[in-house]
Amino acid sequence: MALLEIEHVDVFYGAVQALRSVSLRVEQGEVVSLVGSNGAGKTTTLNAICGLVRPRAGDVRFDGQSIARVPTHELVRRGLVMAPEGRGIFPNLTVAENLDLGAYSRRDHGAVKTDLDRVLALFPRLNERMRQKGGTLSGGEQQMLAIGRALMSRPKLLLLDEPSLGLAPLLVKVIFDTIDAINREGVTVLLVEQNANAALKHSKRAYVLESGSIALEGDASQLRDDPAVKAAYLGE
Amino acid sequence: MLAVNELLQQVANGLAKGSVYALIAVGYTMVYGVLELINFAHGEVFMLGAYFGYWPARWLGYMPDSGEKPQVPAPVALLLTFGAMAACALIGVLVERLAYRPLRNAGRLSALITAIGISVLMQNLALVVFHADSKDFPRMIDQQSVVLGPVELPNTKLLIIGVTALMMAGLFWMVRYTRTGAAMRACSHSMKTASLMGVNVNRIISLTFAIGSAMAAVAGVLISLDQPRLTPLMGLMPGLKAFVAAVLGGIGSIPGAVAGGILLGVVESVVGGVAGTTYSEAVAFVLLILILLVRPSGLFGKSGREKV
Repeated sequence: MALLEIEHVDVFYGAVQALRSVSLRVEQGEVVSLVGSNGAGKTTTLNAICGLVRPRAGDVRFDGQSIARVPTHELVRRGLVMAPEGRGIFPNLTVAENLDLGAYSRRDHGAVKTDLDRVLALFPRLNERMRQKGGTLSGGEQQMLAIGRALMSRPKLLLLDEPSLGLAPLLVKVIFDTIDAINREGVTVLLVEQNANAALKHSKRAYVLESGSIALEGDASQLRDDPAVKAAYLGE
Repeated sequence: MLAVNELLQQVANGLAKGSVYALIAVGYTMVYGVLELINFAHGEVFMLGAYFGYWPARWLGYMPDSGEKPQVPAPVALLLTFGAMAACALIGVLVERLAYRPLRNAGRLSALITAIGISVLMQNLALVVFHADSKDFPRMIDQQSVVLGPVELPNTKLLIIGVTALMMAGLFWMVRYTRTGAAMRACSHSMKTASLMGVNVNRIISLTFAIGSAMAAVAGVLISLDQPRLTPLMGLMPGLKAFVAAVLGGIGSIPGAVAGGILLGVVESVVGGVAGTTYSEAVAFVLLILILLVRPSGLFGKSGREKV
């Protein structure tokens, strides 16, 4: 049984159809990426998974249970967490408060402290900034904070929306290496990226979204060699 | 010209008046901070707070001035206040649930008009339930004058200032240092992102209404120390002025609401002392116009929109 299954999901914004019968699955322990151009429906797919938009048709199942009607905050408690596009840092809260909010639904305070130490070991830069307001961080630091904060909830499945967007190449590498590290610790990852090259390199399987439907799917390494993918998304 | 002592005296009086405004204003500003809604029914919650303190006092047999049990003892007064806080908190939560939540995605104008409608509804329900004739709140403390250096204040006003300071300290602590407070601040930035943290946004909104309404209830009971006359329309002017105070301070900012309330109370008192009370009623609105011209975001407000 897959950790996450989406079956024939349709999403509309008013009269505009954003997703057409999208189906995908993520197995326990995988890194799966969802690539595609601007406006293809990548973010909408993630939003439909975590309940920020509701599918008009189709079903979303997490851990074997339908979550199409489960509120977003409840999904966090069940282990489905998203680091949103644009990072979603609370600029008026300190870095420490941002991280603590990530553990909002948890009551095991001792373990939260251990997880905080792990996150700070993963992102030592954040340790130096704990008392600073989130809004004063650089883009790269904000992305580290967004991922670190998501990890504070001990996710089973982490949804990452454009984690490399707007970052310098060196930082992009840091972020993708971190994704590998997180995955090795047992967190399953569904990654949305415009940077298809890096995304395919770091994931096991991938889906290609085109105008709201899945155009291609398969092993990431095969998709990287696919001439159509190369031409459209890898700039070769 | 006013003597310095007289000026200080008016400032001291204004502190008490401003405390009441501040207690009401935090409710406006907290709700605005989370929902960007001006809850115009909030002045009525203040009025209800006064009545919710008054009726149990009467049921317990305490009568205004003449009568066999003239004065409410301090522990009972405290219990009455807690009761009024709880009742108003419930009312605030219910109003949000029944009137504002169904309109959450309907645009701000619909919600604003609904708020005005709820305000009128509550005034008129109060007229039906409590009747139009005014009621006198039983005395809760033995009024005495206290001399503090150049000024002399009745102990009732001192109590108003003291209790307000205590409530504000508690509120600041809650918002600043608890995880729930952090969740409130997170919701005021983005409810969507807060929900991605596992925050139950509806619960935080209910809590915001509960806290704001309880603070207004305290104001309703406190003002009865100083002006014991209750009427169903008593929430109208203080509600409007507290709204002005919240805008003065920068709507959405809790310290701003406190500063705006105190400022408004002090300026009203001083102008009342210089030019007579006829003019003091207009001061709030003159201040509002001035602040909107000079600094539209208010004293503590963020200028412009937040960058994302």
